[in-house]
Amino acid sequence: MFMDVKKINKLFDEELVVINMGLDAFGDNLKKEQVRVLLMNWKPPAGGNKKLISLLEKLDK
Amino acid sequence: MKAQIKASNEEAASRILRAKPTLVDILTAGDAIPGMRKDMILHAGPPVSWERMCGPMRGAIMGGLLLEGLAKGSEEAEALAASGDIAFEPCHHHSAVGPMAGVVTWSMPVWVLENKTFGNRAYCTLNEGLGKVLRYGAFSEEVIARLKWMAEELAPFLREALLNHGEIDMKTMIAQALQMGDEGHNRNRAGTSLFIREIAPDLVRLGRDRDKIAKVFAFMHGNDHFFLNLTMPSCKCTVDAAAGISGSSVVITMARNGTDFGIRVSGLGDRWFTGPAGMVDGLFFPGFSADDAAPDIGDSVITETAGIGGFAMAAAPAIVKFVGGAPKDAINFTQRMYEITVTENDVYQIPVLDFRGTPTAIDLIKVVETGILPAINTGIAHKEPGIGMVGAGLVQPPESCFHSALEVFVEKYGK
Repeated sequence: MFMDVKKINKLFDEELVVINMGLDAFGDNLKKEQVRVLLMNWKPPAGGNKKLISLLEKLDK
Repeated sequence: MKAQIKASNEEAASRILRAKPTLVDILTAGDAIPGMRKDMILHAGPPVSWERMCGPMRGAIMGGLLLEGLAKGSEEAEALAASGDIAFEPCHHHSAVGPMAGVVTWSMPVWVLENKTFGNRAYCTLNEGLGKVLRYGAFSEEVIARLKWMAEELAPFLREALLNHGEIDMKTMIAQALQMGDEGHNRNRAGTSLFIREIAPDLVRLGRDRDKIAKVFAFMHGNDHFFLNLTMPSCKCTVDAAAGISGSSVVITMARNGTDFGIRVSGLGDRWFTGPAGMVDGLFFPGFSADDAAPDIGDSVITETAGIGGFAMAAAPAIVKFVGGAPKDAINFTQRMYEITVTENDVYQIPVLDFRGTPTAIDLIKVVETGILPAINTGIAHKEPGIGMVGAGLVQPPESCFHSALEVFVEKYGK
């Protein structure tokens, strides 16, 4: 299976609308380039608390 | 395990949705509440000793002892409360709920609610009004006199009218109140009006002294929170039907005693998980500030546990004038609660969200996973007993009680 490169290239001929999942800084750089960016309200599970993540994993079987 | 938890939670949510809370009677606590004794006082929240009780809770207990004639003055009441001769137990251990201090004593009249689908009952005192009232820790002569009038006139008149009227379907009435701008915890203006409208003909038909009946109407009309003491036991008998389901991580109790905030989880039996009661963020009445506030207190958070109150805040945009913020905030609060709940209510609906059902059945696992804590609308008590309500606002439970509950849940059900 190969990706359709033409389709991907076509994206760069259109206005980019970006949904940023993760650090706000990724989106901030695009905003500086006048790209429309939507920031997704995202946090790691249990706020990244390792103990809680390990507890949650024990229920995820 | 994941599939079993999902199935157990769906069962818990289904029982909450199928509940039919119905007002069936008004009786005294001594006659109605299972396990009630003359030397026992019920209070809001998880268990707490006299030594650890906050000011409003202590004041309300002293008032309860005066009302029952077990003490003759405040000093005697305080000494008796501290003596160990009076048993203090949570309302929740007796199928009951109480707003703010939540104090219930032997002779107090209580609403009797029955969940017609499952047959379980719940109980709550009648709301005393605002200002200097027992549930905020006031115990002056006027407070005790009002409580006596409630037991001697208000409750007997309402009971007779109710028995003539017949049982009242509270689920339909609460659903209607939500359509009229209430959320059932901190805004009960529509619900109070609906109840008065329902009971009015039967009150008039009693044919009693017109001034006495007019006083009953004026009392209900003068207190927008009169209906709160009906939404609370309605919610209590609703969620109690979802208790004790093996493998379910649905939260079936949230309650505060002014010292601790406690939760109980369907699959973890009667065990409480507690953390420190928070301070309420809100608006204060003229002349009061955050320095006057007691920590979060009361069983009224049973409304959020059942999917109304703060969870239905989008239905009550006008409430932001009482608790702070903007109408958009009210919508946002409700929308966030869909992230931590199992289902959407099929009867309690929110017009502004295209009649979407309220977020219902809080899932402990989702709370920990997302870090989103339940949103609670609540009143603010003065930290000193005897002063009363000083404001209203929003509060969150301490996350520690959800973390400790998850630990025990994993010990019991994890692989």
